[in-house]
Amino acid sequence: MKYVRQFLIIIGISFLGEGLKALLPLPIPASIYGLVLMLAALCLHIIPLEAVKDAGKFLVEIMPLMFIPAAVGLIESWERIRPILGQLIVVTVVSTVVVMAISGQATQAVIRRSKKGAEK
Amino acid sequence: MRDILCDSVFFGVVVSLLAYEFGLFLKRRLKLAICNPLLVSIVAVILILAVFRIDYESYEEGAKLLSYLLTPATVCLAIPLYEQIALLKKNSKAIMAGILSGVASSLLSILAMAALFRLSHEEYVTLLPKSITTAIGMGISQELGGIVTITVAVIIVTGILGNVIGEHICRLFHIEEPIAKGIALGTAAHAIGTAKAMELGEIEGAMSSLSIAVSGLLTVVGASVFAQFL
Repeated sequence: MKYVRQFLIIIGISFLGEGLKALLPLPIPASIYGLVLMLAALCLHIIPLEAVKDAGKFLVEIMPLMFIPAAVGLIESWERIRPILGQLIVVTVVSTVVVMAISGQATQAVIRRSKKGAEK
Repeated sequence: MRDILCDSVFFGVVVSLLAYEFGLFLKRRLKLAICNPLLVSIVAVILILAVFRIDYESYEEGAKLLSYLLTPATVCLAIPLYEQIALLKKNSKAIMAGILSGVASSLLSILAMAALFRLSHEEYVTLLPKSITTAIGMGISQELGGIVTITVAVIIVTGILGNVIGEHICRLFHIEEPIAKGIALGTAAHAIGTAKAMELGEIEGAMSSLSIAVSGLLTVVGASVFAQFL
């Protein structure tokens, strides 16, 4: 019955996240409230890691599959996308590469600088 | 035959899982970057629906079970994050610097290109939340007067693109630290990028999970400021 309890906790926290979303007038989804609640509950030892670990790791592992339906759904908005397709592709590709390169480089630069500082 | 497929509640899930397995098979066999299992499975499902002339609603009837799991799975991203919490605290400065610069460069690059292509204000605000998780991005687009369906499309394409090219971009720009790789993937390509980060390693996955939440929240504020600029 281990998995029943684990799924109960995970779905229960998702439900709490949904409640927060309904109560607070911010454009933040239930999943992000839930993530923060779960992290807080783990850090404060309200929920021990073992109580959610197996089911949680399973869900995280199969996560890529969960994006398939939404991505297939893009065929439904094709008519709206087509007129500005060229611009959309350029903006998407360029800004994705730029953001990835800059955020990665910035993180790495600070890590390496503090490592050097620690060695001195 | 077609009626059976259209009426089935399991068809959507079966075809999605099969397509993903096919993607994994191609990846093992061909070892090409383009053979990303997620990308392959999306294309395969679209082709199957087109060939058998099954409309999206029938497919989605079953496949929505997979989408349903997305919220609990995102909640569970807190687990790898918690396991790496010591590392997170130790590197909090670097992590914040990375996510902040990523969010700023996302908004700036979109502003620059929108000006270059002479996009309308409506099209510009539609694109502003493109690097963050779908649910937050939809909210921002709506709030600012964007076209929500296009925002969703661009967010998903960004995620898939990040998932496919992430490793190569990191190599190209000499991003070697696992923490930096995770931040890059999560900040640029939200949860779909995080799926790739999880494959790279536990540290990468945890840092990427953190970036989804932090960059999403920063973009809520940033996008409303940037919306004034064009």
